[in-house]
Amino acid sequence: MGWTRKHLLTIRELDGGEILTLIDTAASLQEIAGREIKKVPALRGKTVVNLFYENSTRTRTSFEIAGKWLSADVINFSASGSSAAKGESFVDTARNIGAMSPDVVVVRHSSPGAAALLAREMSCAIVNAGDGAHEHPTQALLDLLTIREKKGHFEGLSVAIVGDIAHSRVARSNIHGMRKLGMTVTVGGPPTLIPPYAQELGCKVAYRLDDAIRDVDVIMMLRLQQERMHAGLIPSLREYSRYWGLSLDKLRAHARSDVLIMHPGPVNRGVELSPEVADGPYSVILDQVAKGVAVRMAVLLLLAGSKSAEAA
Amino acid sequence: MSLVIRGGHVLDPANSVDAIQDLLIQDGKIAGLGPKLAVPQGTTVLDAAGKIVCPGFIDMHVHLREPGYEYKETVASGTRAAAAGGFTAVCCMANTSPVNDNRSITDYILAKARTDGVVRVYPIGAVTRGLEGKELAELAELAEAGCVGFSDDGKCVMNAELYRRAMEYTLPFAAPVISHAEDHTLSRGGAMHEGVISTELGLRGIPAAAEDVMVARDLVLAELTGAHVHIAHLSTAGAVRLVRDAKARGVRVTAEVTPHHLLLTDEAVRSWDANTKMAPPLRTKRDTEALVEALADGTVDCIATDHAPHAVADKEGEFDRAANGIVGLETAFTVLHDRLVRRGVLPLPTLVARLSRDPARLLNLTGGSLTVGAAADVTLIDPGATVTIDPARFASKSRNTPFAGWTATGSPWKTIVAGIIVWEA
Repeated sequence: MGWTRKHLLTIRELDGGEILTLIDTAASLQEIAGREIKKVPALRGKTVVNLFYENSTRTRTSFEIAGKWLSADVINFSASGSSAAKGESFVDTARNIGAMSPDVVVVRHSSPGAAALLAREMSCAIVNAGDGAHEHPTQALLDLLTIREKKGHFEGLSVAIVGDIAHSRVARSNIHGMRKLGMTVTVGGPPTLIPPYAQELGCKVAYRLDDAIRDVDVIMMLRLQQERMHAGLIPSLREYSRYWGLSLDKLRAHARSDVLIMHPGPVNRGVELSPEVADGPYSVILDQVAKGVAVRMAVLLLLAGSKSAEAA
Repeated sequence: MSLVIRGGHVLDPANSVDAIQDLLIQDGKIAGLGPKLAVPQGTTVLDAAGKIVCPGFIDMHVHLREPGYEYKETVASGTRAAAAGGFTAVCCMANTSPVNDNRSITDYILAKARTDGVVRVYPIGAVTRGLEGKELAELAELAEAGCVGFSDDGKCVMNAELYRRAMEYTLPFAAPVISHAEDHTLSRGGAMHEGVISTELGLRGIPAAAEDVMVARDLVLAELTGAHVHIAHLSTAGAVRLVRDAKARGVRVTAEVTPHHLLLTDEAVRSWDANTKMAPPLRTKRDTEALVEALADGTVDCIATDHAPHAVADKEGEFDRAANGIVGLETAFTVLHDRLVRRGVLPLPTLVARLSRDPARLLNLTGGSLTVGAAADVTLIDPGATVTIDPARFASKSRNTPFAGWTATGSPWKTIVAGIIVWEA
């Protein structure tokens, strides 16, 4: 149950034991959120740099809170308002930040492989906070922690991931993680939003919403970006919503009564999720967000904490 | 001045020679070939026992980057890289800055080749002005100035009507139109081959169909116009099939393949190394197998490297933003000899033919044979030399190769252009 990796770049490269170590550590850190003084000294004297080249609310904020609750010094860098806006290359910026001796760099970037690139160029620990359509490991971990808390176990559960799979790093990280923990995954969406060779990732593919969500334990709806319409992948948001939006009627007609509804956010209410579903009793969307802080604390602790860390 | 190369294994596919012989060179020309040649007094003797003696290699697809991108490569450095790879002639593509779409640029390149170059340089002229795909470049004047073919390489001429006219207009010049066959509407934004790996990595893929669709179009246009169309850097099994069918019908089509498309697949992209990024992209095992078969049976006429030098800064950043292309001149023979010839996949005489006789034939160039009276462009190979590819030692200005660190056996030994040894290992 040890943790020996220097970086957290992908879920694909982890084995089931490593994923469980991260989730168990996160579970044990959850209670800090309920304390009056939300601070433990585990990362005192450590520096965490949030290097965000894409906009983010949830992920950046929760990494910042996680670092601060662990007493790390957290520095936020965003591409706008920095030398990146003056044309400095990503690699140059990384080398410069590396020269300031951070312990952990958390990176969000629109290019797949950006985190792996930093792992090659910098000597500190790198956490992938989303690299293009490649992976978003901490999102998958918080999703998994949410599922375990609600369902009590992983083995044998079935999950439908619905929407823009082709462009989704959340889908990729979750598919890898869920499969490694014994869950079965179906991806659903119009064929233009399902990547080629999706089955090769080890999941089933459904081209109708009712087929995707029938009898599954968990439904994870993905955000539909407006750009997909302009790229000719779907005719209109209206049509997408009609066939792929999850309404209460469709949910009651096709899904199990104890199904969990998840969404990595931000939700397009009325497009992929109707408001009654997003805010209804099946929804665990805000649980996911709360778990995000615990998961990111666990990641920072395992990567930067001293081996005898006294977390709690 | 005369030179005799004694006792080498002479491989001259154009004349079906495959034997231990002596090769005599006088005044820049092949003066004799045979066993134990008598030579004039004062002839320099080169002992080539154990070496292979073959016609100088010709790379019909190279980017010398001059004028305009001298920080990546120059005529001086690029021709030295060529010589170090056993190439005695290169054809340089038109995507310089300014573009080689008019006579003054062709003249400039040829002048640079005379003063700075160490191997023969044959410019390829642009098909359209500024490579913009809108109007024809001054093709007749480019041909007169010395361009041996026409290509907007790097870009595809998407306007089929304009491309048809380019094929027709160049009919009298005995110079092919060279297609960079890529439907940009299908490939837009893509950074690698569309397949299992692109799906896993989340990189936007370029489907094989982006090439197949355009090869099919160009074959139809070649049939319509009667023009000689040459397909650059063939990369897909589908395009191989199309070319094979067209050749069987008698269409005037020729094609080239690069060493990297023969030897590497999209698996290499998992490294996130931008030296695995080029256009067309590395495809799948099925494609490499089809390409090797096509090279062996002559469906693919020749090997070209698409030598595309880039500075470190063009390649070190994010994969999807990195420049396309890799250098190839200094590694081509070595990697192909080691991975195809030594493994019994391709006979050595075929490899030599595809590097010398065949490109010379399809572009009507000097060289490509050791016929008595021909220019003495000769490549000597040490088939037993084992090398580890070290980009730091390249003669090219650029280092962008996916073959760094490969250990391979069979390497150029000496390169002779017009009777002069221009490079030695």
